[in-house]
Amino acid sequence: MTEPILSLRGINKSFGAVHVLRGVDFDAYPGQVTALVGDNGAGKSTLIKCIAGIYEIDNGDYLFEGNKVSVSGPRDATALGIEIVYQDLALCDNLDIVHNMYLGREVKKGVTLNEAEMEISARKTLDSLSVRTVKSIRQTVASLSGGQRQTVAIARAVLWNNKVVVLDEPTAALGVSQTEQVLHLVRRLADNGIAVVLISHNLSDVFEVADNISAMYLGQMAAQVKKKDVTTNQVIELITTGKSAGVSPVGAR
Amino acid sequence: MSSITTEVAPTPSLKSAAGDYWARVKSGDIGSLPAILGLVVLCVVFTIMAPDFLTPINFANLLTQAAAVIVIAMGLIFVLLLGDIDLSAGYAAGVCGAVMVIMVTNHHVAWYLAFGVSVLVGLALGGSIGWLVSYLGIPSFVVTLAAFLGFQGLLLLIAGEGGTIPITQPTVLKIENSNISVTNSWIFFVAAAALYVLSGLRKIQLRRKQGLKSELLQLWVLKTVGLLAICAYAVYALNLERSNNPKLISLKGTPYIVPVILGLLVVGTFVLQRTAFGRHLYAVGGNAEAARRAGINVKRVRTLAFVICSGMAAVAGLIFASRQNSISPTTGGSSTLLYAVGAAVIGGTSLFGGKGKLRDAILGGLVVSVIDNGMGLLGYAAGIKYIVTGAVLLISAGVDAISRKGTV
Repeated sequence: MTEPILSLRGINKSFGAVHVLRGVDFDAYPGQVTALVGDNGAGKSTLIKCIAGIYEIDNGDYLFEGNKVSVSGPRDATALGIEIVYQDLALCDNLDIVHNMYLGREVKKGVTLNEAEMEISARKTLDSLSVRTVKSIRQTVASLSGGQRQTVAIARAVLWNNKVVVLDEPTAALGVSQTEQVLHLVRRLADNGIAVVLISHNLSDVFEVADNISAMYLGQMAAQVKKKDVTTNQVIELITTGKSAGVSPVGAR
Repeated sequence: MSSITTEVAPTPSLKSAAGDYWARVKSGDIGSLPAILGLVVLCVVFTIMAPDFLTPINFANLLTQAAAVIVIAMGLIFVLLLGDIDLSAGYAAGVCGAVMVIMVTNHHVAWYLAFGVSVLVGLALGGSIGWLVSYLGIPSFVVTLAAFLGFQGLLLLIAGEGGTIPITQPTVLKIENSNISVTNSWIFFVAAAALYVLSGLRKIQLRRKQGLKSELLQLWVLKTVGLLAICAYAVYALNLERSNNPKLISLKGTPYIVPVILGLLVVGTFVLQRTAFGRHLYAVGGNAEAARRAGINVKRVRTLAFVICSGMAAVAGLIFASRQNSISPTTGGSSTLLYAVGAAVIGGTSLFGGKGKLRDAILGGLVVSVIDNGMGLLGYAAGIKYIVTGAVLLISAGVDAISRKGTV
């Protein structure tokens, strides 16, 4: 059994009197897609914001590659190689694809930007993900379709050799064929050895690409299971009631 | 992904390039097109209506009239790119100009030192505005509106009630009132043109060498030849004798202000297009949240934009001092700021942020100046001029807003 690259143990997080995360355990494995599911308000978003360092955890252990680390800001998470692709994408419409992929991490030659090198490696990254949907990587993001934008956002996460990529509802706003494209891309990320965390409300998407399913219920981790061990109905039960016959509570492994 | 075909590079041609451009225009990315068309139309109209419009002396006048507004607009573009505004830039120019003039006239400080100090004052003013906007989170409209009043008061205090501080320092006066000799004008033109062509060719060659798509060579040649032809004609026109009495005093050659503005254009464009800071300005203007998540220090970028804007205003202060031979409590006031905002917006810079280039300031500044100058020649009252300029600003902002709807 592969060791998890990212492992959270007993995470607690409160906002004032509201106890949002209660002793949450979570694991993500390299080369696998781990789906994080749960109803609205179950704590998925809070959990990934803790992973991303946007929220500091109150207590609990944050283990990365087996070592205990302290993540107190987005920069710490980025330094570890964790990238979050948010639902609202965080792309700049007025910049082109290359600029967006290198935003905040521009390659420079002296004081000037090294446009050629950025363009070449952006192209390479898109090719490695078999992205052939964009006509020119010098077109502005404003001219792209929803699926293409999602592709750019995901490719940006890959460009930096990240080890963990968290995707927040990547298919929520997409049509059927674009959803299919993005799910292919998610699969390819994992095949490249990246630990992918996929947050989704769409169970058919989850069952299509995920290797593991982590279900949250009211701020707790109801179960972390392998996809092949569960059925859709069991997952729905986990999401809606926090337990399901035949599924052991936390940590199936 | 299987449904989409592999990238097929269309055989590049002038026709396909024109098609691409037209598609961009239709999708709302109109850039400087309205400003160029407007400039042409205005020039034709005024030439027909006012015989004095298309004369060498008026052409030179136009450039010196437009200079201060253009420089303020250049600074404003840095702020507008963020989607913010600086209403105080006009009076910042007045305050900085007053600081310089007082040091030179009353305290006999060397002009360049005094100018240096005035730029520092500008940077400090911009720094405080930027800090209030980005770290305290007060909307830039409010902060700079307050600064607009504050700077006006400051200028009154510095200049003394109703006081006008004259300046007689020859170098300062030269900037707006003297010309480069005819020969030197041509040498300057040839040198600038050679640099422009060489850097353009080098860029294309470098991209080709690295196997990247580069601009179509024919298109580049076409654009470059067109631009250089216009500039050459401008130099030729400026080199004509424009004095009424050439025996008494000869007036010909390019005004000194032209290379000054071109220099600012080159440096500013370099900062905006080729440095990480410039890229971050566009990013913050396009999507501040995305920029923040990408690790860009949004507050720092925003503060720096205001610093640059007020720093440029200090340069405009020098130009005002040179043009008016003095600084008065109204320098940089009345219509200056609105003309500058108008220049930037008419030139194609978006008020919503994220879109615009430094050259917009020059194109738009010329449009504003042509309206002002042409209507003055036609003998219209100042009231009418303001109304027309206001209407043009409103139309450009309207075009900006509508084209934005087209893209999103």
